[in-house]
Amino acid sequence: MAADHREHITVDGNEAAARVAHKVSEVIAIYPITPASPMGELADAWSQGGVKNIWGVVPEVVEMQSEGGAAGAVHGSLQAGALTTTFTASQGLLLMIPNLYKMAGELLPLVIHVAARSVATHALSIFGDHSDVMAARQTGMALLASGSVQEAQDMALISHAATLRTRIPFLHFFDGFRTSHEVSKIEAVSEDMIKAMIDDDLVVENRLRGLDPDRPVLRGTAQNPDVFFQAREAANPFHAAVPDVVREEMQRFAELTGRRYLPFDYHGHPEAEDVAIIMGSGAGAVVEAVDQINADGGKAGVVIVRLYRPFDTAAFAEVLPSTTRRIAVLDRTKEPGSPGEPLYLDVVAALDRTADSESRPLVIGGRYGLSSKEFTPPMAVAVFDELHADAPRREITVGIIDDVGHTSVVAEAEWHEPATVKRAVFYGLGSDGTVGANKNTVKIVGASTDLHAQGYFVYDSKKSGSTTVSHLRFSPDPIRSAYLISEADFVGVHHFGAFERGGVLDVAGPGATLLINSPYDADGTWENLPGETQQMIIDKGLDVWIVDGGAVARESGLGRRINTVLQTCHFHLSQLLPPEEAVTAIKDAIKKTYGKRGAVVLERNIAAVDAAVGALVRLDVPAAAKGTKQIRPPVPEHAPDFVQRVTGRIMAGEGDLLPVSALPVDGTFPTGTTKWEKRSIAPEIPIWDAEICIDCARCALVCPHAAIRLKVVPEAELAGAPDSFVHKSWKDPNDATARAIIQVAPDDCTGCGVCVAICPAKSKEVVKHKAINMTPIDTFLERERQNFEYFLTLPEKSRTSIKLETVKGSQLAQPLFEFSGACSGCGETPYLKLLTQLMGDRMVVANATGCSSIYGGNLPTTPWATDDAGRGPAWANSLFEDNAEFGLGMRLALDSQAAAAKGLVEALASDIGPLAAALLEEPEIHDEEWIAAQRGRVDDLRSWLLEHPSPEADHLASMAQHLVDRSVWLIGGDGWAYDIGFGGVDHVLASGRDVNILVLDTEVYSNTGGQTSKSTPRAAIAKFSAGGKATAKKDLGMIAMAYGDVYVAHIAMGANMTQTVKALTEAAAHPGPSLVIAYSPCIAHGIDMTDMMGHQKMAAASGYWPLYRFDPLRESEGDHALHLDSRKPTIPFKEFASTEARFSMLARANPEAADELMMMAQQDIDDRWHLYEQMVEVEHTARFGIVDEEDDV
Amino acid sequence: MDLQTTYLGLDLKHPIVASSSPLTGNADGLRSLEKAGAAAVVLPSLFEEQVEHDAFAREHELHGTGGFAAEAHEGFIPLYDDYNSGVDDYVKTLQMAKQELSIPVIASVNGTSAGGWTEYARTLQDEGADAIELNVYYVAADIDATAADVEKRYVDLVRDVRDAIDVPLAVKIGPYFSSPANMARQLVDAGADALVLFNRFYQPDINLEDLTVVPNIVLSSPGDMRLALRWIAILRGRIDANLAATTGVHDADGVVKLMLAGADVAMMTSAFLQHGPEHLTSVLDGVRSWFEERGYDSLEQARGSLSQASVPDPSAFERANYMMALVSYAP
Repeated sequence: MAADHREHITVDGNEAAARVAHKVSEVIAIYPITPASPMGELADAWSQGGVKNIWGVVPEVVEMQSEGGAAGAVHGSLQAGALTTTFTASQGLLLMIPNLYKMAGELLPLVIHVAARSVATHALSIFGDHSDVMAARQTGMALLASGSVQEAQDMALISHAATLRTRIPFLHFFDGFRTSHEVSKIEAVSEDMIKAMIDDDLVVENRLRGLDPDRPVLRGTAQNPDVFFQAREAANPFHAAVPDVVREEMQRFAELTGRRYLPFDYHGHPEAEDVAIIMGSGAGAVVEAVDQINADGGKAGVVIVRLYRPFDTAAFAEVLPSTTRRIAVLDRTKEPGSPGEPLYLDVVAALDRTADSESRPLVIGGRYGLSSKEFTPPMAVAVFDELHADAPRREITVGIIDDVGHTSVVAEAEWHEPATVKRAVFYGLGSDGTVGANKNTVKIVGASTDLHAQGYFVYDSKKSGSTTVSHLRFSPDPIRSAYLISEADFVGVHHFGAFERGGVLDVAGPGATLLINSPYDADGTWENLPGETQQMIIDKGLDVWIVDGGAVARESGLGRRINTVLQTCHFHLSQLLPPEEAVTAIKDAIKKTYGKRGAVVLERNIAAVDAAVGALVRLDVPAAAKGTKQIRPPVPEHAPDFVQRVTGRIMAGEGDLLPVSALPVDGTFPTGTTKWEKRSIAPEIPIWDAEICIDCARCALVCPHAAIRLKVVPEAELAGAPDSFVHKSWKDPNDATARAIIQVAPDDCTGCGVCVAICPAKSKEVVKHKAINMTPIDTFLERERQNFEYFLTLPEKSRTSIKLETVKGSQLAQPLFEFSGACSGCGETPYLKLLTQLMGDRMVVANATGCSSIYGGNLPTTPWATDDAGRGPAWANSLFEDNAEFGLGMRLALDSQAAAAKGLVEALASDIGPLAAALLEEPEIHDEEWIAAQRGRVDDLRSWLLEHPSPEADHLASMAQHLVDRSVWLIGGDGWAYDIGFGGVDHVLASGRDVNILVLDTEVYSNTGGQTSKSTPRAAIAKFSAGGKATAKKDLGMIAMAYGDVYVAHIAMGANMTQTVKALTEAAAHPGPSLVIAYSPCIAHGIDMTDMMGHQKMAAASGYWPLYRFDPLRESEGDHALHLDSRKPTIPFKEFASTEARFSMLARANPEAADELMMMAQQDIDDRWHLYEQMVEVEHTARFGIVDEEDDV
Repeated sequence: MDLQTTYLGLDLKHPIVASSSPLTGNADGLRSLEKAGAAAVVLPSLFEEQVEHDAFAREHELHGTGGFAAEAHEGFIPLYDDYNSGVDDYVKTLQMAKQELSIPVIASVNGTSAGGWTEYARTLQDEGADAIELNVYYVAADIDATAADVEKRYVDLVRDVRDAIDVPLAVKIGPYFSSPANMARQLVDAGADALVLFNRFYQPDINLEDLTVVPNIVLSSPGDMRLALRWIAILRGRIDANLAATTGVHDADGVVKLMLAGADVAMMTSAFLQHGPEHLTSVLDGVRSWFEERGYDSLEQARGSLSQASVPDPSAFERANYMMALVSYAP
């Protein structure tokens, strides 16, 4: 099977576009945002690796602090005459909009490549639709759309060529994830083709328009009413020329490559009566539907919009068959309040200009595919069906059930993909390498055969124990199906636990091959399948094969890495290649992938390939299902109604089936829902040995998932305890019978082992046995489930009876942040959990977008929880860039209402009586006792108000709760606080208001995959700093201390737990702004997260992360504000750095650079410590002036 | 006085060789050893276990976090296609040593698998090592493995490596064999050109603060030399291979004694770490003086003159020596 003469590559949409962009650019400004980040990462990596553009120069790549910054840098670069590009999506594009107007207004040639993504509205979504690009359609940019990976490359080049000719900046976009992350075999454009498309004369002309003091000009004037308008019209000819230029460039491209495009492409019946109009990846499904309709005798067609702006009405009319009677315009965006979505309105306007009123077709508008909602051929058929309804609705929705507005069409058409298309679906775990192996498979088939190949990968939103579903298609014809596989002829279940949730085999077609990675033999495998699954295997006549991938991997020396084994089995069973060719191709791919990663890695993968097929066993499917195992219901029956109706169905993978009416209208959700999501992902859980325990409570403190809990209760409470329930004595001066329990939540534990690593209590007989020990879950699951259930029934200690400011005391308080989907062993979440123990019952949280907003607020569940009284953190996420301002707004609102409530109490004081004075009393310290008492007084006030109704009483009743403290926390990562949100952070710190900023400092943009921030330390590698970060980490604490009245703490729980508890407590108590910077180890550091507390200890010991608290109040008490809480460095930085891959990797990739950077990093540490030591002694006039909130009201 | 000697077919100007240590792992250390007069150097061992561990650790660090999050589908650490595995680092050190030094450079390999030993030995030969030393650091802790199993493992290993390379081969072993002399002969029969006696197994220690087992590297002391002294004296003339003494060689007297017992070379490490590479110069002066003061013409003349075969009372190197030591002990 020889490949044809054209060069083929297998890449995703991001790489396809970025490859072209890097070749034709001189300056590239980048900023990470999903799903566009890989374009910036690739461009950066290529430049770091010395890859040159077509003029033999390595493009300059610079990371900016935000997309707004990137746009500014792009604008400046263009003004100075360089060919420039950037990549973005969603909010990032929105932040660029002011500059887009400018650059279009100044006729600066530019291409921005956009992986189109939903703009956050009622919720954030990282997935794809056109709401972002539609928000830029009015800026004067030309908009060119791609619908596939091939097009992402081709249109990228066409747009770069066209912008130079037209001087109009282009926004080239393709669908986020569906195209940006789809891996596909495409025909590559060669460097010669790129050179042929880019006219050097135009490059020179552009350069000569650049600002140059030898030929000075001035741009960016301010204009007045007399000329602004005319000047705005002056550029019209340039915009008007775009469609023809694009058409010509597409023609030139066709001559070079053989691939033909038009600004509007038409596909379908030449005398079509029904026509759909669409742009982006959804066109593939419509084309398939049109072909089917026409094959069945219909007359349908589709106009695929490529050049959306400027909208060439004449060209549109030209491609539309004159026979068209009915048109459905499909928009992948929503514009509330508009008579229709943008493309619909454009089509209506175009028809108004080009068709006479009598022959003008009926036009309806449909919304589809928001946030990557599936859009399939049956859905497209349903749209055409709507056109044939007696009274077609002018506004429809596609792909959902709209039981409120009744706009939705129902996709009922039976649909089968052609038998020539081989379809395979794989279920894997995030960390098992399934996705990587499948990408590899697509590449192997793409490179070794004439087949077209496509891979698309679906991830769940959890970062621990996440599941992945891979969808692979192989076909002799080009693949345009940009939707998930619904009928597979091969299903690979790489994680046996996937069967527990059910639904896995829904995707299997009749007679499909099923490959199960099973730890059991054939009989055992069958016995362990749920009865429903067994029945489905029988009913569908599946050909079932088993391989113990884990055993083969272990025996091959690969540990748990099963991917090579399963990949080989897939090739063997699917016969995509003749068996021997397949093995050779896999081995070649392994050599390519692992060849430079050490011979042993290579050899063992090769050994796994050789052993895989021999380990395959065919399962003789019994005639009848006898399974005793049941598929577990997603949530227990006693879960609340909303959880049953909505949350549980999302958990079960049925979210697509929820109708509009089921969902909150404004994005408001109940908290405390992770407890219903029993994920059972830990292979081992910690089991307590009370005999050894020394009551330190550290295990509970450090648990990132609140899955190990401490409670102390009077012995009498334990009367009904299960036999296996363990408890021990606890020193309590007020209760001689006090018993302590350390209890694991077995279904919620992720098995990270951080608790065991921190446990200081060792057995005197066997040292490896500690007071808690990781133990295989199977042994204890049922027992601990029962124990945990009982544990939850035991009373929580009253907050007024515990010393919250101590490590031990803090752990006696109920955590109100539990069971998050953060990475196993996350370094951030222990701080959040602790915070909720200290003050969760009165917290209001403004959470910046990032990891914490994802594990904190990504559906289906949230870890933010409530106590028995129903109180708990109230949480909201606005954006990435505005979180400090967002939180300050909350503070202002709460203060305003508190002040108003106080005013009303004062006004009604004579009627209320002594209670009023008590309510208004302001003690110096608002401790737990005062808060509890004040809550009691507020309850009394409410009772009084009920008995004394009045308009004032109604107002006061709605605000009286704010007479109790509200602790406002502005939480986010370093990407927010150091970079994109720094302006806001700085402003809020300067506000004097009582807000608390908690920076969960992972020193990289963790959520988007580990890109460099200004918190990234010198000498560390990170994305965008593949050569090691050359500059020092920004000292955010120092900047905040400079204000004088800001409480600042630099903490690391693993280095000093007491200091952590104290700092958070003091920050909350500080009446002005406070900033707590918390060292948060992250998987991006390249460490074993089990020992993340140990890494924190070393970070402090080396002086890399000095611990301190700067408390301005201390100055007014005659003390120094700054206290250093860690000792002078006792180990060199190198010793700490050698334990983390982010530092040590550079020494392997570039030892010389690593040596120099490490030396400078040590100097950074030495200098900083020296400076802090001096600052400790600094005395200055107390500058503490807190804004009295009441003054402003 | 002619101190020249031949070891592993290499002509050395004298018999003092700098054995594997941190000093032989970097340019500065190597240069200073040559400057101080070392006749040859043995590079630190290339540990197969470490290379493997590093390869998998790097692989996991770079790729282990890929594929489980939609927003970080390629993982969290920048993907380096090309980076040094441990072998690359070692090869660089070897190349540097060959380029910088005019004295012979012996590369040392410590493997755990037959494949690993031969592959690394061949690689280092191809990269210019003048000879290969197999550093067999093997603690026979498997309760099911018999002495014969262990011996076979050694012999097979030496045979495999011998077949794989053309340059001379030394084998460094520990003293813990039921029949060290027989073992020595088996190794030579299997292809060893020299035996390096003896490897010192670092013994672990216990930290009483946190109750952990910790590595504890203690430098050798002059008394340690006598173990090699005995076995070299016994083996001298009985096997057809060079004999190198290692562990406990600290001063000129030690070197002289070993030569008299029959060693071809004496290898030194701890004394260099304690006193610096320049210590070698004074040791060499001491050796030369000892022989010159006593009128020896060449080292060859003295070598083995006090071997077991050459002394009037051969039992002095065996059990009788033990009894005499006991009898003569005066607390």
